[in-house]
Amino acid sequence: MIWIVSIVVFIMLAAALAVLLLPNMLSAVAASSVVSLALAVLFALMKAPDVAMTEAAIGAGLSSLLLAMGLRRLGLWKLDED
Amino acid sequence: MRNFTSLLFSGGLAFLLLVLASQLPFGNPVMLLGGEIIQAAPDEVGTANLVAAVLLAYRGIDTLGELAILFTATAAVGLILGRAHASKAVHQDKDSGFITTRGSDLMMPLLIIVGFYIIFYGHLTPGGGFQGGVILAIAFFLPVLTRPGSKVDHGMITIIEGLAGAGFIMIGLWAMLYGKPFLQPFFDTFLGNSTLGSLWSAGTLPLLYLAVGLKVGAELAGLLVTIAEAPAVAEATAHTTEAQAVSETAKVEYK
Repeated sequence: MIWIVSIVVFIMLAAALAVLLLPNMLSAVAASSVVSLALAVLFALMKAPDVAMTEAAIGAGLSSLLLAMGLRRLGLWKLDED
Repeated sequence: MRNFTSLLFSGGLAFLLLVLASQLPFGNPVMLLGGEIIQAAPDEVGTANLVAAVLLAYRGIDTLGELAILFTATAAVGLILGRAHASKAVHQDKDSGFITTRGSDLMMPLLIIVGFYIIFYGHLTPGGGFQGGVILAIAFFLPVLTRPGSKVDHGMITIIEGLAGAGFIMIGLWAMLYGKPFLQPFFDTFLGNSTLGSLWSAGTLPLLYLAVGLKVGAELAGLLVTIAEAPAVAEATAHTTEAQAVSETAKVEYK
């Protein structure tokens, strides 16, 4: 149990660092979605399935979609580095 | 100097929070009501999922407040990005290719089924109106994402949203007819089955959850479609530079 939690927390920290360090905005949005997904796994492990579903649907799905639409609106939607 | 001030401020804030946190007894629940709700909820409300009992029966007015906040936020987004710009928007985006469009066609009915399942079983299994509503919103947004030029019926979204919101409040008022407090789920002869764990149980609570789910789904779908239909900022800046040019020529003429 503690090992699974440590691995998930490590993935979360690595993804959160990736959000800060990645130069490409779109991959930063994807990394922030990974943070939310790992948090949902943590909630499920802590026996809070309601919160885990909310986090997976809203945190990983909807808010990443909103951020991506915001990138498109601001003209920062680039798949390749210039 | 400014850095030093902000460092001092953060240090002071951290110290205050540390003092507050050190005063709290660790591991003891601060709220004393939790145990009593867990004891009483299966008999009083009749939901197998206690979270639903707390969300809609014991804290129903909080849920109404959440719906009001969501409504205000989406209304503000619709006001800023809505109709006036949408008429000017010209969609030059093409379809996103064979695999994505067919994939979204396959995913959409499955997502709709999952969303409605989570809403209808909200009082029995983990899940409920908010989660299922978000999944429904994403299901109805997928075709817009993969086919950017397709038309969306904003009137229909608004009608569903309004009917669901009105339905939530009407069920709350219906409880008052029976002498119950506003928004309390209730049993009567028609909704009387209180068998714990059956689909048709818990009185009017599943109807309240259905209203919440439809409202959240319609609102978020409308929000996403509004943002997707808004023109990209390149077009918007083109408009503003035109406006600036016009105003500058006006100034020149005025001089």
